Amino acid sequence: MAVCIAVIAKENYPLYIRSVPTQNELKFHYTVHTSLDVVEEKISAAGKAMADQRELYLGLLYPTEDYKVYGYVTNSKVKFVIVVDSSNTSLRDNEIRSMFRKLHNSFTDVMCNPFYNPGDPVQSKVFEGMVSGMMVQVS
Amino acid sequence: MESLTLSDGEQRYYSDLFVYCDTDNTKKVASNGRVLDLFRAAQLPSEVVLQITELCGATRLGHFGRSQFYIALKLIAIAQSGLPLRVESLNSVKDLPLPRFVVGKNEAEARHAALYQEADSQGIYPGAGVIPRPPGRGLQNKKVTPVVPPVVPVHEVIQALAPASEPQCMVQPDSTSPVVSPHQSPPTSPHSWRKHKRQASGGSSAADRPPAVATAPAGVWTQFREAPTVPVPVPGDGMWSAHSPPPPPVQETWVSFTADTPPSSAIPAMHPSSVQESTTVRTVASAATTNEIQRQSSAYDDPWRITDEQRQYYINQFKTIQPDLNGFIPGSAAKEFFTKSKLPILELSHIWELSDFDKDGALTLDEFCAAFHLVVARKNGYDLPEKLPESLMPKLIDLDDSAEVSEAAVDVGYSGSPVEVTPNKSPSMPSLNQTWPEMNQANEQWETFSERSSSSQTLTQFDSNIAPADPDTAIVHPVPIRMTPSKIHMQEMELKRTGSDHNHPTSPLLAKPPELSEETKLAASLKFVADNAVGEGYSSSDSYTSDQEPITRQRSHSGTSPEALKVVGAAPPPPPPRPHPSHSRSSSLDMNRSFAAGAVAGQPQPGAIAYPPAVPPRPLPTQTSMPHGGHRSEVEGGGGTPLTASAPTTVTTTTAAAAAAATPAAPATSPHLIPHQPNFADFSQFQAFATSDQPSSLPEVDKHSEAAAAAVVVVAAAAAGQVGVLHTVEKPPEGAGPLRTVKSDGPAEERTPTSLNSAKGASGPLAPPPKPVRRRLKSEDELRPEDEPHGPQRSNLIAAVLATQPSIPRSIGKDKKAIQASIRRNKETNTVLARLNSELQQQLKDLLEERISLEVQLEQLRPFSHL
Repeated sequence: MAVCIAVIAKENYPLYIRSVPTQNELKFHYTVHTSLDVVEEKISAAGKAMADQRELYLGLLYPTEDYKVYGYVTNSKVKFVIVVDSSNTSLRDNEIRSMFRKLHNSFTDVMCNPFYNPGDPVQSKVFEGMVSGMMVQVS
Repeated sequence: MESLTLSDGEQRYYSDLFVYCDTDNTKKVASNGRVLDLFRAAQLPSEVVLQITELCGATRLGHFGRSQFYIALKLIAIAQSGLPLRVESLNSVKDLPLPRFVVGKNEAEARHAALYQEADSQGIYPGAGVIPRPPGRGLQNKKVTPVVPPVVPVHEVIQALAPASEPQCMVQPDSTSPVVSPHQSPPTSPHSWRKHKRQASGGSSAADRPPAVATAPAGVWTQFREAPTVPVPVPGDGMWSAHSPPPPPVQETWVSFTADTPPSSAIPAMHPSSVQESTTVRTVASAATTNEIQRQSSAYDDPWRITDEQRQYYINQFKTIQPDLNGFIPGSAAKEFFTKSKLPILELSHIWELSDFDKDGALTLDEFCAAFHLVVARKNGYDLPEKLPESLMPKLIDLDDSAEVSEAAVDVGYSGSPVEVTPNKSPSMPSLNQTWPEMNQANEQWETFSERSSSSQTLTQFDSNIAPADPDTAIVHPVPIRMTPSKIHMQEMELKRTGSDHNHPTSPLLAKPPELSEETKLAASLKFVADNAVGEGYSSSDSYTSDQEPITRQRSHSGTSPEALKVVGAAPPPPPPRPHPSHSRSSSLDMNRSFAAGAVAGQPQPGAIAYPPAVPPRPLPTQTSMPHGGHRSEVEGGGGTPLTASAPTTVTTTTAAAAAAATPAAPATSPHLIPHQPNFADFSQFQAFATSDQPSSLPEVDKHSEAAAAAVVVVAAAAAGQVGVLHTVEKPPEGAGPLRTVKSDGPAEERTPTSLNSAKGASGPLAPPPKPVRRRLKSEDELRPEDEPHGPQRSNLIAAVLATQPSIPRSIGKDKKAIQASIRRNKETNTVLARLNSELQQQLKDLLEERISLEVQLEQLRPFSHL
């Protein structure tokens, strides 16, 4: 269960960002922004190593006291960032990976929509529904 | 019941209506359903209808008898003419126009369209009349005149127009009756009735098409013809001309939509009288209209059902874009087409999401019809559903038909997905599939999925779909590579393991051969389990649900491998160790490489290779440590302390479990460990990495496993079984210490490298960075080759061990203590490993559950792809 989910375009501007505790949105936006640096670093590092293919799942980008930030980058340099609450320790790496996979699939569906111009904010209801399903349920 | 006097015309009209409503043919009672539909068609507010019903006595009686029906009809006429509903007015109102009933079918709409055409300049809708609306076809050139209550005495009018209408009536049915057939629903009969009454204004087209469109029964037909009603031309025209302005704007948009936009009659059947509804709403402003629409829509079982005419129209439109009806409309073409509808892009995007069932960026005929239908509905003011309605779901397409899928029509950008897999577009996935992450991809993914049951394939498809978005990006997908090789390699490793077991069953240098054999069995089984675990780990490390097959196969292999063990009987493989979550694909690639190397090396000497695959790092260390522990207990006398010292240093319980688990398998693995000497170097490097990796942000499990690996390493080192090893063990067990020490003792201690390697292997997969894994793999590679040469040297080892054994008694006193200490240590290691074993078993259970759930989901989805 994520606290904040963001989709960042190749040019590092957000295509979609949504956080659950709406009162702390700015803090999450800032966190996602700072996580982009870590993402870039991981991308370049992996690229230099030149493994056959770069791993899409970047893993834990950096943890803070309150939460952890996970990153995922697609082959088209679209980044997904998930912020989860640190208190939610039961979240396993596999679950995070599955969340990213679902995000990736939904984003692909959005991309397939001919009415969606790449670079536009994502407004698909299906995508939003999927993201809502992954967010922490706040009463 | 008040007496009711009806004029002849009324009498006939009412009797016709009654017959129409008399579905049960009782001649006495009109069925409530039909009656209510009829009343609804009267376009009166529901309260009025209720009042009428009450007044006529139907509510009292509970049914509509003939008299009640007639009264109700008269009251409807009264209400429609604006007079207050009074029972007294039944007989008092003179010259009451006949009740009007709104037509609710496309035919009616077509007629409206035709009417509008004539009302307005026909040039506005060039296509409207041309549109092959079945109802309109026969009626295009005829004026649709509303049923206007004839001002003149009905009787006269009827009679006057009867002859005029007769011939037309004759014509009409012929031309339109075939059209009528699709709309056999009862509610349309009142419409037909109504049309029957409609007459052209001024008698120009005196007899408007008699209930051509209506699906009135033949009998009704005749009656209608006989009792034509002639609306007063002027009022009728007046009324319709008032109606016409509103429709034109709507139709205009339709015209601009496409070259030949359908008139508003193209509205889905769900709003049969939507056009009329819109017009009447605007002009009549009757609250009943909305109710009518809702009721009319509910009259049809599915409001989103596409009528045949609509479907035919959609098909024609599809042909204009894509001549091949079995082909696809690419997304760009569809976008242009639907953009003409002037709907907001957001709504079009939503419609696309709903209608592109298989999410492949192209529309089949069914998808296109659904999309078109939704556009039509939206244009008429109906909100888009959240999910695709059942009736709009595309039908299953035969898998064979999609051969021509990858035709030019398909976007190049999208060619990835159809080309990659069987070009099969089977949009039969139910909406619930849309939640399935990988399944939502095109049917091609279904094909691959079912064929390979590998998420890797799905992901490959997935990436190819992204290709259009960024063609510059090279799409390479690691998953597939990971899957297959790991499977193959797993099998190879198991084979090797089998061979190694052959070599070493007797190699355990413990003084108790029977125990050794048992432990060997356990070790072998553990190793097999480890292999399976590794394989499973690989398959499920990324939680790709489709990796269950490889896991199964590997498990089966593990099941057979023990049997392959010639020396030892097959023991039930213990649960495989937990897959390394952080085991990235790259690392798995490394593993594959190493495995391949090892496999290659091991293949030539299946019998001599006893290589425990490095994949299951945790079990390996346990295995290695166990034989060491067992061995030590038997052989070495003074190795107890270090082991004990190392054991308490176990950071986590997993380590202890690992140690405990490793202990039972120690004897069996010890033979394997013996030949692996040169691994010390790798091991130390690995350990350095492991320690360096520890600070990295790893999941807890990884840390646990690292700790476990470190502890295992220590244990393994301690279990070396020789004095030199003791020294090494005594050194700080954490970090590279034990590794270095082990390394130093490497040459002397053959078993240590194996244990170290195993430990290293344990920590390797745990650490996300691939480097340690690679190291481990390399060490494993070296292990494998070493196994071969060392295999034949088993006897030498045994001799060596045995040589050491006699040395123990030499220093009995010291050895006793050492032995006791080592025993203690071994016991501790045992407990640690046992705990690790239980934890791994738990993880195995979790993975099995995941696998089962995924298989269930797959089964649920599979039928749809192959229907």
